[in-house]
Amino acid sequence: MSSPTGAEEGFNRSASRQLALYGVFAVLGFTLLMFGLNFAAGLTSTQVGGVAGAVDVENNEITAYIRQDPPQLNTTGAADAISGIVLGHIMEGLLRYDEHGDIAPGLAESWELDGNRAIFHIRDNARWSNGQPITAHDFEFAWKTTLDPATASQYAFILYAIKNAAAVNAGELPLSEAGIRALDDHTLEVVLEQPIAYFDKMVAFTTYFPINEAFFRSTNGRYAADADTMIYSGPFKLTSWVRGASLRLEKNPYYWDHDRIRLDAVNFAYITEDTNTLLNLFKDGRIVLADLTAEMLEGAMQQRWILDRFMDGSVFFIDFNHRPGRVTGNLNLRKAMQLAQDGNELVDRVIKLPGYLPAKSLFPVWLKGVERTFQEEYPPPVPEYNVALAREYLEKAKQELGLAEIPPLVMLADTSPVATISAQYYQQVFRKNLGLELVIDQQIFGQRLAKMEAGDFDIVLSGWGPDYNDPLTFGDYYASWNLNNRGRYLNPELDAQVRIGQSSLDPRERMDAFGRIQQILFDDAVFIGNYERGKLYATDPRVKGIIRRAIGAETDFTAAYIDADGR
Amino acid sequence: MWQYTLKRIFQGIITIWFIATATFVAMHSVPGDPLSSERATTPAIRANLEERYGLNKPILEQYALYIGSFLKGDFGISFTQRNRQVNDIIREHFPVSATLGILAVTFAALGGVLFGALTALYRNRLPDTIIMFLVILGISVPSFVFAALGQLLLVNINNLLGFSLLPVAGWGTVAHMLIPALVLGMSTMAYVTRLMRSSMLEIIHSDYIRTAKAKGLPAGRIFTRHELRNAILPVVTVLGPAIATITTGGFVVELVFAIPGLGRFFVQAVQQLDYTVIMGTTVFYGAFLVTMVILVDLLYGWIDPRVRVQ
Amino acid sequence: MNEPLIPALTPEDFTPVHQREDVHGLSRPSRSYWQDAWWRLRRNRRALASLWIVVGLLAFALIGPLLWRVDPARQDIDQISQAPGADRSAVIVAPYQPWSGQPTAAAPVQEGVLRLGDVPTSQAVRLVWDALPGASGYRVYRNDYPIDAGMAFGLPIIDVMASGGGHYEDRLNLRPGTYYYSLVVLNEFGEITDRYETRQVEVPRVITEDEVRQRGLVPEEQALALGDTVYLAFHPLGTDYLGRDVLARLMSGARVSLFIGIVAPFLYVLLGVIYGSTAGFIGGRLDQLMMRFADFVVALPFLLFMILFQVVFGLGPGQSGIIPMMVALVLLQWPATARLVRGQILQIRQEAYISASRLLGAKTWYLVLRHMIPNTLGVVLVTLTFAVPNAIFTEAFLSFIGMGVAPPTASWGSMSNEGLATMLTHPHELMFPALFISLTVLAFNLLGDGLRDALDVRMRSVE
Repeated sequence: MSSPTGAEEGFNRSASRQLALYGVFAVLGFTLLMFGLNFAAGLTSTQVGGVAGAVDVENNEITAYIRQDPPQLNTTGAADAISGIVLGHIMEGLLRYDEHGDIAPGLAESWELDGNRAIFHIRDNARWSNGQPITAHDFEFAWKTTLDPATASQYAFILYAIKNAAAVNAGELPLSEAGIRALDDHTLEVVLEQPIAYFDKMVAFTTYFPINEAFFRSTNGRYAADADTMIYSGPFKLTSWVRGASLRLEKNPYYWDHDRIRLDAVNFAYITEDTNTLLNLFKDGRIVLADLTAEMLEGAMQQRWILDRFMDGSVFFIDFNHRPGRVTGNLNLRKAMQLAQDGNELVDRVIKLPGYLPAKSLFPVWLKGVERTFQEEYPPPVPEYNVALAREYLEKAKQELGLAEIPPLVMLADTSPVATISAQYYQQVFRKNLGLELVIDQQIFGQRLAKMEAGDFDIVLSGWGPDYNDPLTFGDYYASWNLNNRGRYLNPELDAQVRIGQSSLDPRERMDAFGRIQQILFDDAVFIGNYERGKLYATDPRVKGIIRRAIGAETDFTAAYIDADGR
Repeated sequence: MWQYTLKRIFQGIITIWFIATATFVAMHSVPGDPLSSERATTPAIRANLEERYGLNKPILEQYALYIGSFLKGDFGISFTQRNRQVNDIIREHFPVSATLGILAVTFAALGGVLFGALTALYRNRLPDTIIMFLVILGISVPSFVFAALGQLLLVNINNLLGFSLLPVAGWGTVAHMLIPALVLGMSTMAYVTRLMRSSMLEIIHSDYIRTAKAKGLPAGRIFTRHELRNAILPVVTVLGPAIATITTGGFVVELVFAIPGLGRFFVQAVQQLDYTVIMGTTVFYGAFLVTMVILVDLLYGWIDPRVRVQ
Repeated sequence: MNEPLIPALTPEDFTPVHQREDVHGLSRPSRSYWQDAWWRLRRNRRALASLWIVVGLLAFALIGPLLWRVDPARQDIDQISQAPGADRSAVIVAPYQPWSGQPTAAAPVQEGVLRLGDVPTSQAVRLVWDALPGASGYRVYRNDYPIDAGMAFGLPIIDVMASGGGHYEDRLNLRPGTYYYSLVVLNEFGEITDRYETRQVEVPRVITEDEVRQRGLVPEEQALALGDTVYLAFHPLGTDYLGRDVLARLMSGARVSLFIGIVAPFLYVLLGVIYGSTAGFIGGRLDQLMMRFADFVVALPFLLFMILFQVVFGLGPGQSGIIPMMVALVLLQWPATARLVRGQILQIRQEAYISASRLLGAKTWYLVLRHMIPNTLGVVLVTLTFAVPNAIFTEAFLSFIGMGVAPPTASWGSMSNEGLATMLTHPHELMFPALFISLTVLAFNLLGDGLRDALDVRMRSVE
């Protein structure tokens, strides 16, 4: 490399001067552009919540996050967990779940379940957020709208317990035939297809929330598309909803029990699923709580954060394909696989997040039985981890199937991080202990469902979350008529027990039936339990009374309050 | 020139129609549909949904209906966000992505040209070495690692200072824009820097620069009028596609910094096979892209008169 | 004047002059264009070094697995997310037995409410406690740090809603080291109160003889007794979140990443060059048509078509998804190069030397091969060097959104993505794959630079 000559040096100096000038202009231009774009954005799209801290003591409000933009807040169709969190704050139905997960009166001050007839008495002081009274007609309208075939509600089936509801939804009967009737402004009569013991628990579900007909019609089909095209029956009202960015909830002064609500506002100011981002926001003091992953625990302990945990209600398991012609239809093969894995290892060593529990049963630990928890009353039979025995079963299976080797099994999985880990973990476990090859078939949401629907798998990493606080929400999963039973497990004996669980009114008889279902599922090795999902989260010490639970809004700030001296 | 522009616009429209058709075909050949949900739907509910969204019609009729409403500028209703018009989704979230994209490309172009010229001037000397090292860092670290590290650094700076110098995530103020834009533009800036350096070196050693120097033209004038302007040419060519990639590829930055951009909605839509949103955003992005390309071509002709089509 | 116009010629005039051999001899060896380029490349030390790095990376991918014979899919559950050089010693103990909740004979004698029910090991830590007055229940916490003021007790391990004494067996991810267990009293609402007791517990790493045999940690014939110390499997670069050997995964990941990172860009840049130069050279209507087609391809949504290719090429169970990714990359990424090359060709076409060459009767193919391609090679090579990281990053991005290579296939991109989650606690899981990506990118850049300098005709006059 030749050293630059004097002339070149001069040229470079002059050019550098030009470049420096150019650099100054570039920085200036960039800054100007930033402000200009911000100004333009202010005109075209709405402003997003600023950089407030997690706790605003002065205005008595807090800032939190949600994982995704709520897909919809129209209660005729909303049923996902995210919408559920928001709706749990802004809407209330006839009944609600209290902080312990028990049914409590909501807009109905009392109710009677009498055979196949239910009567709800609505409070005199139940008001919409615009001051109008909430009447029985609002419930009749909402439920009938959900059942209207033109609404095309994906969750209409949750109303099918009501007389004629299924036929109305299929368009076979007119709307007026549905067994829902407002006897007067304060009395709602519901006629059921058959007496059911758990109807009160279903009534607390979002699809059973009221909608005011006059207001609904005034929105011209845009009901609940925006903060101002909705009126609210719950403790808070939505005052701003910037899609994908933030929601602001303010105390609803017309809420019948407004004294119970101690916060003036809740901001869901960040919408992201990225756990690292949430951790950083929490560390920066922007949000009052953050869910942590196993990798974040060391740091959390070092930071002296206050940690808590809860079960989010879902149970995850390996589902077998029971369709004829599949090797997984063989009981001994399923038994072999059940015995060849240590139920604790996945949770304790691989997922390693306190909060997760090994799934010993289809019925999770938090479900209530007759008096105590279901699992205490009906201890689940636990498969022992016994590789030698498992190999014996495998040999039997090979003989029965007439195969020298079991062909590689296709394991269908979704793309979530935990599913990715679990799939690889099980692949190794079955290879090591049984010499069984699993080929992982990881598919995104829709394709995985399409394959499950078509039965295009041998085993699938599956999961189930509850709709209402009764064992039946899990108990009917393997019923032959249940379309969610995508492995098509078929057992008339189990079906009979499910029917008892559905129709019996005697709590003991029902729980016995679920206990027997639990036993059948174990004896028949219908599935292999993976884990019950839990979450571990850090909270801001200044905020107390945050509720997190399996049923109802997963995160609930309605009982939260600010304790400024909190440690 | 006008005739040429009009012709390009007409060709652009044909291109967009092709994109729409290809996307439609591709989308419908992927198994599954947007109506599938974790909770199985009963046949009655499924029939209601198909009726509502017109999925029970023959595929060709769906195509005709779709093209028809697309000509009217209506992209339909989202499948996964049941109350939302696709038009609203684009209208509300595209400006966010575009803002981020424009800032990132501006940063990439300005910075890239500046650093590229600098490295060419000081070839194989200290400024060159330092900048090229940073460039290599910029291009060799995956964007999600870069975004995550950037955010982590920001949190630690904030914690160290005891107050929030810049927000860690979120959107809405100028302060929110800076870091995401820099992170998003980083790899493109590195690319532009290298392209600029290579193109600048060629120019510096070309005959006409030697002639200009021999003629005794002022150094500043040679540098800006002859070297810089000519060296920018290849840079301009890549900027069109770069704007597109950056605006559509902002997904990682949008996710990490919790920014309500269109990228997040698009990726979500693809994963859930939300037909209307996929179609709407694809056609919209297609149109946007084609426009960018046409603009760049016209700009190219303006910078280099020789390329202008007679 | 009468001298003849032409001097009289003699026969001597027609004899050849003395031949001088040295005039015809070349002082330097004759070199073709490519020989010259190679010579120039070799003189560029940085380029040569990077060439060696590329060769080294290829060797790492192809020969490495032959030398380091560890199955990249093998999970070492004892050593999950183990950093390189971590202590690997473990003491042999009896196999795990379920625990009744009664303190065993071996339990250390301790004072206080919260006590150990057995010798603590990485197998299990067993705790027993006495009833505390006024307690409706207890919550057990575990912490890596001593408890100081405040309610930060660490990880809530379990809630026991029983007022009497109790016991709990902790088996959650126990690593060798010191733990601080706290027993916190719960009131009747299940809320924590400020009454608590803490116990410090030292946990050694243990292993059972069965496990030692199963994992082949000692030679078959070696006898083992309880209390012996053995060493767990050696992982030079540590392990990942499933206890898999990072070095082995880097090697198998190198095959995937380098394959996608080199072959895909090479193919699509080649496609782009052919396409772009054809369009640029022929010009006219065909050029217009071809460029519109390029615009069309650019605007296709990459993700959607990626999924489509996965379906068309059957990303069935157990397949790694490399081929669909390659196809998607090649079919969708070429237009940028094509546009760039076309721009260059258009520019070159106007050059005077092309007109001159044409006037001299040069054929089209000659013009393309002799003038166009060599003159665009610099830009194309720069594009290519940048296409390598681009392809590697695309693969990583697809991993990031859960659509990359299918597990358990490893790639550098998917490894970095997974390492991101453990970035703060186990940085080695992110650092190593990221380092390899950076090294590859660096090598290709310097190599590209060197090639460019070596191949560019105009550079010859310089330096």
